[in-house]
Amino acid sequence: MVLSGNDKTNVKGLFAKIGGQADDYGAETLERMFVTYPQTKTYFAHFDMAKGSAQIKGHGKKVAAALVEAVNHIDDIAGALSKLSDLHAQKLRVDPVNFKLLGQCFLVVVATRNPAALTPEVHASLDKFLCAVGNVLTAKYR
Amino acid sequence: HVSACVPPSVPRLLIVYPWTQRFFSSFGNLSSPTAIIGNPKVRAHGKKVLTSFGDAIKNLDNIKTTYSKLSELHCDKLHVDPENFRLLGDILVIVLASHFGGDFTPACQFAWQKLVGVVAHALAHKYH
Repeated sequence: MVLSGNDKTNVKGLFAKIGGQADDYGAETLERMFVTYPQTKTYFAHFDMAKGSAQIKGHGKKVAAALVEAVNHIDDIAGALSKLSDLHAQKLRVDPVNFKLLGQCFLVVVATRNPAALTPEVHASLDKFLCAVGNVLTAKYR
Repeated sequence: HVSACVPPSVPRLLIVYPWTQRFFSSFGNLSSPTAIIGNPKVRAHGKKVLTSFGDAIKNLDNIKTTYSKLSELHCDKLHVDPENFRLLGDILVIVLASHFGGDFTPACQFAWQKLVGVVAHALAHKYH
């Protein structure tokens, strides 16, 4: 699966709209993921799961930053996220299925906050982008 | 308003996951998002899906039985990989989110993802 020129434009455009709220998007994505897919909490047994917890906010910021970094280097996501890819392969070892769940929740956050922006075409591009990020993060698993 | 979200999910599925178009080769022009959204057969199919989803919601305690014949149809005649039911369910959740905004709370999302999961499971139940 390859990101077309259109996909890249759509993704960059959407993230430009998100702008400084990326941290909030990240935190809400995680909150939704933990509620909607409780099994994802198994990777965060040490976290305070209360709504608005500092840990969830902090981790949401990290997730958002990684997505923004990928958007800013959308022609070479693998290069941009190489260290993160190593981390997931060697230390975190989050099962690959969970990246799709995170992606779904990010799409839901975008949908609730920017319904007009999430046209079917932009939805397709964003979904492809999130898949690409997930693929990069699991690329070195074996 | 929920019912307004089901029909648009079908064209969105065909646009976001274009390989799902493989089941609709008799539907005519699916060559672009505009064509897909305007296609009358796609719209008609969206209405069918809505009616059937409505049946599921009215028979939540009995979904597997409600969908028994539909499951057989999707397996024996339509030959649809059940993964496609999960894809449609995910798309429906996103359309609901666009529609309801902040009212589509995490708890709401949880309930709907479970519902679409149960519907997908019921549709796949008679596969053999």
